[in-house]
Amino acid sequence: MRVALFIPCYVDLINPEVGVSVVRVLRKLGVEVTYPRGQTCCGQPAFNSGYFDEARGVARHFLDVFEKEEWDYIVCPSGSCTTMVSHYYPFIFEELPDERERAETLGHRVREFSDFLVNVLGVKEVGASHSGHAVFHTGCHQRRELGVLNEPRELLRNVAGLELREWENEELCCGFGGTFSVKMPDVSVAMADEKIAALEKSGADILISCDSSCLMHLGGRLKKTGHDTRILHLAQVLDSGKAG
Amino acid sequence: MTTSKPARRRDTTDKRAEGIESKVEGFNARAKEAVKDQELHDSISLFTNKTLTGRNANFWALPNAPELREKAYRTKQETMANLDSYLAQMADAVEERGGNVFFASDGEDVVKYIGDLARCKGAKIITKSKSMATEEIELNHRLEEDYADLDLEIVETDLGEWIAQLAGDTPSHIVGPILHMNKRRVTEVLSGVAGEELPPDVAALGQFARERLREKFINADIGITGANFGVAETGTIATVTNEGNARLVTSVPPVHVVVMGIEKIIPKFEDLSTFVQLLGRSGTGQKITVYTNFITGPRGEGELDGAEEFHLILMDNGRSKLLGTEYEEALYCIRCGSCLNVCPVYRQTGGHAYGSTYSGPIGAVITPLLKGDKEAKDLPYASSLCGACSETCPVGIPLHDLLLKLRNRQVEEGMSTRAESLMFKGFERTMRTPAAYRAGAKVGKIAQKPVVKDGSIKRVPGTGAWTNFRGLAPLAEKSFREMWKEGI
Repeated sequence: MRVALFIPCYVDLINPEVGVSVVRVLRKLGVEVTYPRGQTCCGQPAFNSGYFDEARGVARHFLDVFEKEEWDYIVCPSGSCTTMVSHYYPFIFEELPDERERAETLGHRVREFSDFLVNVLGVKEVGASHSGHAVFHTGCHQRRELGVLNEPRELLRNVAGLELREWENEELCCGFGGTFSVKMPDVSVAMADEKIAALEKSGADILISCDSSCLMHLGGRLKKTGHDTRILHLAQVLDSGKAG
Repeated sequence: MTTSKPARRRDTTDKRAEGIESKVEGFNARAKEAVKDQELHDSISLFTNKTLTGRNANFWALPNAPELREKAYRTKQETMANLDSYLAQMADAVEERGGNVFFASDGEDVVKYIGDLARCKGAKIITKSKSMATEEIELNHRLEEDYADLDLEIVETDLGEWIAQLAGDTPSHIVGPILHMNKRRVTEVLSGVAGEELPPDVAALGQFARERLREKFINADIGITGANFGVAETGTIATVTNEGNARLVTSVPPVHVVVMGIEKIIPKFEDLSTFVQLLGRSGTGQKITVYTNFITGPRGEGELDGAEEFHLILMDNGRSKLLGTEYEEALYCIRCGSCLNVCPVYRQTGGHAYGSTYSGPIGAVITPLLKGDKEAKDLPYASSLCGACSETCPVGIPLHDLLLKLRNRQVEEGMSTRAESLMFKGFERTMRTPAAYRAGAKVGKIAQKPVVKDGSIKRVPGTGAWTNFRGLAPLAEKSFREMWKEGI
């Protein structure tokens, strides 16, 4: 199995350790990993602000970089960026049949990290261990557009030493929403505070997600409000503990 | 009903420069205040959590929920494709039963029709059952103003709507008009009307309302209702309520006027079985509402009840211009309000923040569509695009995708700020050119050095919308691509 990594821009620049963990976990499972050097961003910030022309420009670049046959899948440690490619590229190219077809073809090969592990590799246990009490936040694209709900939880339940807890109104959005978080910061933060209240009630000391963008927002708010909750991407948890 | 009245009272502590951030006006300004209101937040949670629990138990628990939803979507799709013929069919059916039909192109037409009718009948008291279509055109207010000489007494009879009317307030939710008021506030409003202190007790308050409203029901000259559904085949209108007020409004006064948005039409009587189920189960979480009325024309010979005169007003008010466009699905809405209940933005702000008759995701979609983008500029952005609305919608309207299209429409109409459009042009150029992306990252890493402290970026001009509220992580020492190059 050969995969190309699609590392979202903010993971590349702000949380590169998430990408490193993805590489290590995949290699441990015998997957051959490559990283197409020309990649940048999926274009979602422009898209969700209504700048479809600009998003199409970025999407064309993405298609050029990733549309190669030398890898079986494109794996991405973000439900949101995966959704941008698999669901919203066909949406923005709706009236451009050639590009829509390219986008649809590529869209089938892009898989979110946990989805890839569980549904493509058939792996539910990676031999990781991590102590603590955690809650898992499912990003909205991952929940609704991708429908990848149980996969990360299954993987986490098999992490030795980790207690996965339920939290109230788990399905509510964290309030990030891309540019929404700066366009309407008061509402965005009120949404984060509701999640944080639920997190406190759960007694968890670790917050895990498959989306570093939600974590950047929730984590940033936790830090600002004096919490010392640990913020981890799923890949980092799966990459922890004794080397297998 | 002004949608985006410029509030102009910029928060002086707000350091945001004009750019990607929304101005603190319109929705954004009202929401900023609303999120601080704990009482409002508690009231919203109480209502939305209760209806959501009911919806989950009674709608999504139905084994055929997905099929029902699909069926409703297809029915609406087919109806909109042939709307003109269904409307003609319904008009014929109503006239055949002795009713009157009037096609109103806008709110003004509706006001004039009802005002003239009231004059002609010498009406004094008009009772109304809950109708969002009449809220949309501010019917009560307009009649009182334009027909001031008639000295009409217009009384809302849905308990929530009545209390809103007494308080000089507007509904903040399609289904629960005064969910923003708690018991204390309701007691205050009703005590003011009673002229004495009423006990804050639901039964006592209900009794007071019953006595007051009964007197109006009996003496009304005209009854006005909306229509939850209108059946083309038979000319029947359906109203669903939990208080029975629509029955008293439609059967006691000699004249019954229905104000129905043209999109409320469904082809066949049997389609009601699909739609009535969807509405009750997803709207209030009930298997069926307490009163479900089907009214077909005026009282016929030998019939025991019904108004002597029946008027059906089919109101367009901007709806028909959506037909055949990429926004047509917005017309499939049955006004169940469940997209409001699940919306994390609505749950923080309540309905009044939207500044429009229809709030929540459906309001953010149809307000700009019906009234124009300039009237509701901020509403398509009043969403984190989480998709909970589209997921819950019982007729399958892709609400968050429509919000995205509306954002795009504003950009294409040149409504965004110059700073923002330049920024996204730059974004595109950078992201299309890997060398520019890498160079940008390098510059960023150097530029951030003086402002990084304890693993966070401290306040930098232009980042306040983030850093006033949240920690901001700096760019990493080494990017992933640099690590990859060096070997992982």
